[in-house]
Amino acid sequence: MTAKDIIKPENLVYTKTKIMTDTPMHYCPGCSHGVIHKLISEAIEEMGIQDKTIGVAPVGCAVFAYNYIDIDFQEAAHGRAPAIATAIKRLQPDKCVFTYQGDGDLAAIGTAETIHACNRGENIAIFFVNNAIYGMTGGQMAPTTLEGMKTATCPYGRNTDLYGFPLKISNLLAELDGTCYVTRQSVHKVANIVRAKKAIKKALQNSMDGKGTSVVEFVSTCNSGWKMSPHKANLWMEENMFAKYPLGDLKDTEKKHYEK
Amino acid sequence: MAKFKGTVVVNTDRCKGCELCVEACPSHILGMSQHCNTKGYHYVELKDEEACVGCASCGYVCPDACLTIYKVKL
Repeated sequence: MTAKDIIKPENLVYTKTKIMTDTPMHYCPGCSHGVIHKLISEAIEEMGIQDKTIGVAPVGCAVFAYNYIDIDFQEAAHGRAPAIATAIKRLQPDKCVFTYQGDGDLAAIGTAETIHACNRGENIAIFFVNNAIYGMTGGQMAPTTLEGMKTATCPYGRNTDLYGFPLKISNLLAELDGTCYVTRQSVHKVANIVRAKKAIKKALQNSMDGKGTSVVEFVSTCNSGWKMSPHKANLWMEENMFAKYPLGDLKDTEKKHYEK
Repeated sequence: MAKFKGTVVVNTDRCKGCELCVEACPSHILGMSQHCNTKGYHYVELKDEEACVGCASCGYVCPDACLTIYKVKL
């Protein structure tokens, strides 16, 4: 049996979803953003909500997310994606609204917006990509940078006396009454990717059902910022990041929501 | 003897040669091509067509969605 006999539409197992556009992504080779974009697109396709979903793009590496996912998108000012998403969801309550943010966007400049949107229990999904570094601007220290981790702005490693401790913002958000679902996932292995997709679907469904704010954190890699090959970055993440940011659900409650 | 036979079609122009699929493949049959694509990256290719079982592990981990996997039951 040759490859020609196998390549038939009925034998198709896996391909790029149509919700992802054909535009080549600007991300560095091996970047976790690509997998997460792909999972969000696949989740939207499987749920059949392409025309009902509105995304809010952040400032950071994912600033061009609207070029790659074929749904309605709004670009937000740095860190203000949850505020924009709040307005969109309140004006169009039948839509599924999500934000896509990095750790510099969500956990540094946008901390106030994030915490208050979650505390108000806005019916949005927040996808939070945590790679412990500012990737887009050249690998500076972020609030989530690990203790002792070397970056462009802390070349001798993060000193907690000077810069404080890594911020576990998902744990913080899980404490708030407004959030209904807070989970931490990763996308470095097939099993993790399957679990991450389930979490994305649940978060989008929660947004549709009006259950409250869902936060899905993805512990991911920035191989360019970490100065490693993509595979080595995955290994480094398993070894170091998971110790500080353990995977799993932090909160999952069914919240009674007051209809606006 | 494998119960399935599969194959991988690579969108060579989209591939950035990150090699994550090479590491993810349980049969270790993916490798980098000698040739470059239009962006100058060595793209991935299937080195041993007979050994592919169509598990789609490579497709799942690909950040650029450039792999299409087909599979038939033998």
